[in-house]
Amino acid sequence: MADERQDTQVAEKEIIAPGYTFGTVTDQIATVVLTKRTPMFWFMGFGVGIVLLLTLLLAVGLLFAKGVGIWGLRTPVMWGFAITNFVWWIGIGHAGTLISAILLLLNQSWRNSINRFAEAMTLFAVACAGMFPLLHLGRPWLFYWLFPYPNTMGVQPNFRSPLVWDVFAVSTYATVSALFWFVGLMPDLATLRDRTHNRFARFAYGALALGWRGSAKHWSIYETASLLLAGLATPLVLSVHTVVSFDFTIAIVPGWHSTFFPPYFVAGAIYSGFAMVLALAIPLRAVYGLEGLITARHLENAAKVMLATGLIVGYAYMMETFNGWYTTNVYEHAAIWHRMFGPYHVAYWSLISCNILAPQALWFKKVRTKPVLLFISSMVVLTGMWLERYVIIVSSLAQDFLPSSWSIFQATKWDWLTYAGTIGLFLFLFFLFIRLLPMISIFEVRTLLPEAKVEEGVGD
Amino acid sequence: MNKPAYGLMAEFESPTELVVAARAAREKGYRKLDAYTPFPIEELTDALHLHHNKLPLIVLLGGLLGGFTGFMLQYYITVIYFPINIAGRPLDSWPAYIIITFELTILFAAISTVLGLLALCGLPMHYHPVFNVPRFALASRNRFFLCIEARDPLFDLAKTSEFLETLKPKEVSEVAS
Repeated sequence: MADERQDTQVAEKEIIAPGYTFGTVTDQIATVVLTKRTPMFWFMGFGVGIVLLLTLLLAVGLLFAKGVGIWGLRTPVMWGFAITNFVWWIGIGHAGTLISAILLLLNQSWRNSINRFAEAMTLFAVACAGMFPLLHLGRPWLFYWLFPYPNTMGVQPNFRSPLVWDVFAVSTYATVSALFWFVGLMPDLATLRDRTHNRFARFAYGALALGWRGSAKHWSIYETASLLLAGLATPLVLSVHTVVSFDFTIAIVPGWHSTFFPPYFVAGAIYSGFAMVLALAIPLRAVYGLEGLITARHLENAAKVMLATGLIVGYAYMMETFNGWYTTNVYEHAAIWHRMFGPYHVAYWSLISCNILAPQALWFKKVRTKPVLLFISSMVVLTGMWLERYVIIVSSLAQDFLPSSWSIFQATKWDWLTYAGTIGLFLFLFFLFIRLLPMISIFEVRTLLPEAKVEEGVGD
Repeated sequence: MNKPAYGLMAEFESPTELVVAARAAREKGYRKLDAYTPFPIEELTDALHLHHNKLPLIVLLGGLLGGFTGFMLQYYITVIYFPINIAGRPLDSWPAYIIITFELTILFAAISTVLGLLALCGLPMHYHPVFNVPRFALASRNRFFLCIEARDPLFDLAKTSEFLETLKPKEVSEVAS
């Protein structure tokens, strides 16, 4: 037992760089928020976010005025970019919940220094995702018709439809992620309240911290609450992308109607989510000098998760092709054939290169320990995962059962601007978050320090 | 200043010192104790005998209520309020209800976790006497505090203060209420 304890201590020491104390950890993370000097990087990132956000407002304003016809949606491809972006964004969110919930239950303490911003990423990605199905409604201002409520029309949603399941799954996911995030923030908001010298900031952080005072009685309930929330969020996160995949599998469209979509989608979601975690962590740690807290080991672990989920995704592509052949169904044959050699073959082969071939570089430790290479590979994966959803949605819809109804999807500039606009919304929210709230969970990093261990046998 | 003190607060520099002090205070017979730390310390939870709380029960009830709400909402709407024949399926097509039942179970359970946490902790709270100790702001940074409250039957300003001094704290201060 004693040896085991020492082993874990050694392992935990490596998670963050040596030399940190409770005080320096607290100050380093809190200073990013409490300082008056904001780095140029922040203004640049925030500026790009605002410009793209304004683009989104323009694109959505025009959409409200003219309708979904400004996008490239024409029969039979009525889902196009909107649902592609929805699935892409919501998939990205999954890594945050995986890190905060599943890795907590598995006692992976290295998650402690990346869970906060990964959860923020989840929230903002879900916000971007949630917009697309609503904007895609045609009459977005009537979105509340999706919920069952007593109304004068005397009609109700059809609970046998996966689209209604999706409403419940995504709204539950957004709510639970926000709650989990806020509970995690409470002790750190109290730290900021106690550290700041600005009266307004003290009032604001104090109000948000709800009077948290670090009482041992509270901590014991708090620990129970975190475990319970993690236990609830774990099946939830697996269910959300499963329900998203039901939007496709419950339909009979060739290329969609298949039972392996749920695990395939969940793996893809975690794959793209970890890519986004790396894409955010690598510049942040460099700019804010957080290499001691988000260490090479964090990046390497994230890269390993990416490699593992990437291999699952690769397996899913093979099974998809195999099943298309094995079903002996001519429509399924044709759907796979069209994907590989039809009008969307460029997108298909690009996604295979981005998602299967390129990530094989992550087998090499040299690649996993070079932040620049990791950043590039995460961008490649994010692009590949977007293309994957695009190919699944658009190529299946464009060429379904009747050749007479086939038609090729052409994205318009408004499709692209709306998509870029949500990236702007994400950047805008994320940069606000790193300026106003601690991007690393301070109290959880304190528990990783060697001095946090209670030594037994002293003074007994 | 005429008001009686809320208690006495001793400040320690490491979690080990605090846990040792908390055990000593329990042993001495003090029961109305609380400790204030910058992060959760499992040994402290043991030392102060804090392991049982009602949160799991609250969450279980919340989850059950959510599951019941989710299922009955769908049953009521599809069978009683708005029966409509869709592709010849039975009105009570319960397998289709599983997902929303599950989602609402999780939603209600998660909301009850957070509300239960706040309720059991008595938060939000706009004022608490411990914040009157000037150095208490460090409880959210790198200091560890043990507070013996005045409502403890054994509490006596002079004697308790003397006892706390024997634990070799960095400082003992009176907590104004």
